Amino acid sequence: MTGQRKGALALLTLAVVLALSRNFLPAGLMRPPEWLVWPFADWLNAAFSFCQNDLGLMAVTRFAASGIEFLLDVTGNLFYGKNRWPHLGPLPWTTFAITAGCVAYVLAGRRLALFSAGTFVWIAVMGQWEWAMQTLSVILIAAPITFVIGLGLGILAWRARWVERLLNPLLNIAQSLPQFAYMIPVVVFVGVGPKAGAITTIVFALPPMIRMTVLGLKKVPENVVESGLMSGASRWQMLVRVRLPTARNEILVGVNQVIMQCLAMVVLTSFIGMPGLGQKLLQLMQSLKIGLSFEIGVTIVLIAVTLDRISRAWAVQQPRHFERGTPWHQRNQVFVTWAGLMLLAFALASLNPWFSQIERSEALSVAKPIDAGVDILIRLIDPVSQWLRWFLITWVLIPFRDGLLWLPFTTVLCLLMSLGYSVGGPRSALVCLGFFGLIAMTGWWDRAMITVYTVIVSVTLAALMGFPLGIWGARSSTRAARVLLVCDTLQTFPSFIYLIPVIMLFGVNDVAVVGAVILFAAVPLVRYTIEGLRGVSAELVEAAAMSGADRRQLLWNVQLPMALPTIMVGVNQSAMFSLFMVIIAAFIGTQDLGQEMQRALSTTDVGKGLVLGLAVAFMGLMVDHLVTCWSETRTRSLGLDASKRV
Amino acid sequence: MTDATVISCRNVWKLYGPRPKPFLAALTPAASFQDIQKAGYIAAVRDVSLDIAKGEMLVVMGLSGSGKSTLVRCLSRLIDLTGGTVTVDGEDIAKMDERTLIDLRRRKMGMVFQSFGLLPHRTVLDNVAFPLEMRGQDRHDRRARALEVIELVGLKGREDYFPRELSGGQQQRVGIARSLAIEPDIWFLDEPFSALDPLIRREMQDEFLRLKRMLGKTSVFITHDFDEALRLADRIAIMKDGAIQQCDTPDQIVLNPATPYVAKFTEEIEKSRVIRARAMALPGAGEGQALAADATLHALARQIASDPRALIPVAETDGRLLGLLNRAAALDILFGATA
Ligand SMILES: Nc1ncnc2c1ncn2[C@@H]1O[C@H](COP(=O)(O)OP(=O)(O)O)[C@@H](O)[C@H]1O
Ligand SMILES: [Mg+2]
Repeated sequence: MTGQRKGALALLTLAVVLALSRNFLPAGLMRPPEWLVWPFADWLNAAFSFCQNDLGLMAVTRFAASGIEFLLDVTGNLFYGKNRWPHLGPLPWTTFAITAGCVAYVLAGRRLALFSAGTFVWIAVMGQWEWAMQTLSVILIAAPITFVIGLGLGILAWRARWVERLLNPLLNIAQSLPQFAYMIPVVVFVGVGPKAGAITTIVFALPPMIRMTVLGLKKVPENVVESGLMSGASRWQMLVRVRLPTARNEILVGVNQVIMQCLAMVVLTSFIGMPGLGQKLLQLMQSLKIGLSFEIGVTIVLIAVTLDRISRAWAVQQPRHFERGTPWHQRNQVFVTWAGLMLLAFALASLNPWFSQIERSEALSVAKPIDAGVDILIRLIDPVSQWLRWFLITWVLIPFRDGLLWLPFTTVLCLLMSLGYSVGGPRSALVCLGFFGLIAMTGWWDRAMITVYTVIVSVTLAALMGFPLGIWGARSSTRAARVLLVCDTLQTFPSFIYLIPVIMLFGVNDVAVVGAVILFAAVPLVRYTIEGLRGVSAELVEAAAMSGADRRQLLWNVQLPMALPTIMVGVNQSAMFSLFMVIIAAFIGTQDLGQEMQRALSTTDVGKGLVLGLAVAFMGLMVDHLVTCWSETRTRSLGLDASKRV
Repeated sequence: MTDATVISCRNVWKLYGPRPKPFLAALTPAASFQDIQKAGYIAAVRDVSLDIAKGEMLVVMGLSGSGKSTLVRCLSRLIDLTGGTVTVDGEDIAKMDERTLIDLRRRKMGMVFQSFGLLPHRTVLDNVAFPLEMRGQDRHDRRARALEVIELVGLKGREDYFPRELSGGQQQRVGIARSLAIEPDIWFLDEPFSALDPLIRREMQDEFLRLKRMLGKTSVFITHDFDEALRLADRIAIMKDGAIQQCDTPDQIVLNPATPYVAKFTEEIEKSRVIRARAMALPGAGEGQALAADATLHALARQIASDPRALIPVAETDGRLLGLLNRAAALDILFGATA
């Protein structure tokens, strides 16, 4: 322990010395010298063009993409009448509402049924049908494909240790690569449009599915496996009839995550020409049409919540049994009702076109009143938001940013190593050096520092809001349940949505970016704070209370220390979320890695895009390493079971 | 090994550790459990040799961690042996390939687990029919057979319930029904009643005795509860640190414990309820009123106490004389005097 402290202190001193002697330092210690900056991007580009042209991989990917394109054409035709086989669509909007309602009813009962059907009614009535269907037609293809591939890879990884060893680091990187980094190679290999959107979405949503499948298969209880074996199940029977069904809860949680990731990604793929809600939202936000963006935001949120709740209900659904001799139509009551309603819907659609398609001219809109309301609101709170903006920019953001940029890069590296040393000894120090050293070698040091600064400011501010909120929320179990429900719902929103309110309030600038990141990053903090605090064993709290601890002492001396490992998981997630959000926010104007990534995207510069993406991933991986390391030591020293960590 | 031997194991070893096989090969016969542990290995089963006869009920008994589960898993080859051989009906199961082994389990073996091991997504009926499904029986046959065993274990009317809708005792009945569905010749039960409440456990033991009498299967029953072992066993094998300390009839275990460890087990129990007159019959001949050989001393207490003779004859139910019982020794046992 003391050795660790000494090492950390030495590195810290070195960092301070370097910073103080800044004016006398050779340029090579101020910023990465030329020999240190390697042309990774060029190498990657060469590798890609080799694959693309010489290996003929392009033909393969285009071929695979054409398969997906065919499927997309089918849903496209059914959903919004794209002129492709089977030439049946577009189906009347009422049929979607009825189907969604019936599915939700079977899985979760009346309330969700009303909500789901209501979502589609809202979409139709607000005149967003075509955009929403463009989005949905991709999700409904991408999600099942992701499911199948993810399940397959998950099974492989579970079966063969070497596959798992190979996949694990890949998944780690894949899960910390910002979404844009996926898009550029896809654009190169399959082009733009819905199929590119679908493929990016599939690639992006795959990791959680693989992870959950492996987790589920590993968690199948030993006695279930043994009873399967003793029943004489062969290997295949073991997998299909015993293990997978027993792991279904985890697998279905994976499905739920896939759907959520798909939705989040489908919105973002508007950047590579995916039509639909995302594209519309992007255009509207760029032209600052707040009311209309708000309407689309509501639609996206409604779709997200509907899909989330339905897939979750499916996940926790338990099979039902009917008394013997229940007639068919009673056992399949909902199906019969659905068929009847569908007939009715088609009949109505043929009588009155309103029941088939609602033209945009006939649509309702709440944009005007919202715009007016927002105007009033903004005028009302303008002094406050103006002041806040001024204060944040002049007293927090700019000084901090300039400070970070002022530091020699060697100082930053030493600081990080010192941090690593104090958390996990020399190994962690080297890990930190490795990750940030590589970032220095990419040549994007200044941009990376701007990203770092945005993330640090946002996570700190988010923590200032999130922790007290979490502590407040954990006071009683009913309150905790309520706050957690809100967090759950907020977490289903695609990140993009968080930009709407902040642009509305602060306009397009750094403050808006930080604001959006704060909102987005505070959610996991609140959630894990509550879960950590509620998870402290009641016995321990009672024992402390009986020792005469008052509420404050209880919180500081018992609950918070015990909950810290869990809370740190939240901090970790929060840092990850903010990294992603900072990159996404690039399109409203930032000067960090995200902006460069946007440029790479618009010039389809694969190498540059990937290098930037990896730089972001390295930041995330470093935070992840530090937090994991720290909470493992912490958990061990508390004598808690490390395997119980979330 | 006689004709009637169904399962026979010879010098069975199961070691857990980094490289168990070479370690076992180099092991000196005198090595104790602690020696092995110091070398970084766990001896879960240590040099066990056993023969189980057809129709016999062998109860394996020992504290938790003594290697009972591991032993029974060696017998069913759910785990591979480190050393020794296990033969079932004369065939070495370690040498079987996967197909033969699966076939053996589909035709001959049934197993009941402590924590039930039911498939959560299947109804009672489908759980019970699962082994039949595995061997590809047709839907109607397996339904009929499953209903039959469900009725046998007293769960009629609950066929369409899911495991989570049943109590612990009921879930274990499903486990028992499933293990019986294929009409196995060999029945393994790994602490089937340990997870149940004492009252239900008692009820299940009675139920089990009924089934056992009805079916007469060769069974290996594991328990850590000595009373349970005494109630159910034809023979008891007592395990400690992976080795069998004594394997004998309940009478003999109580009367002549082989090691101090076994003696400690028998200390607490009321011996007169276990020991039957037969076990105490000494060679010799006598006349007059005889004691029933199959009755426990407890059941004969009044008769022994009021009989004035020092040596009382013991006879089988058919009247054949077995020998003489020492009255003083029997009274000692009855009144719990320490010899
Ligand atoms: N897979 C395993 N790896 C390492 N040790 C094991 C394993 N399975 C069992 N053991 C050890 O073998 C010993 C016997 O275990 P077990 O047969 O389950 O005992 P019992 O069923 O009598 O309670 C225990 O010390 C246990 O820790
Ligand atoms: Mg056991």
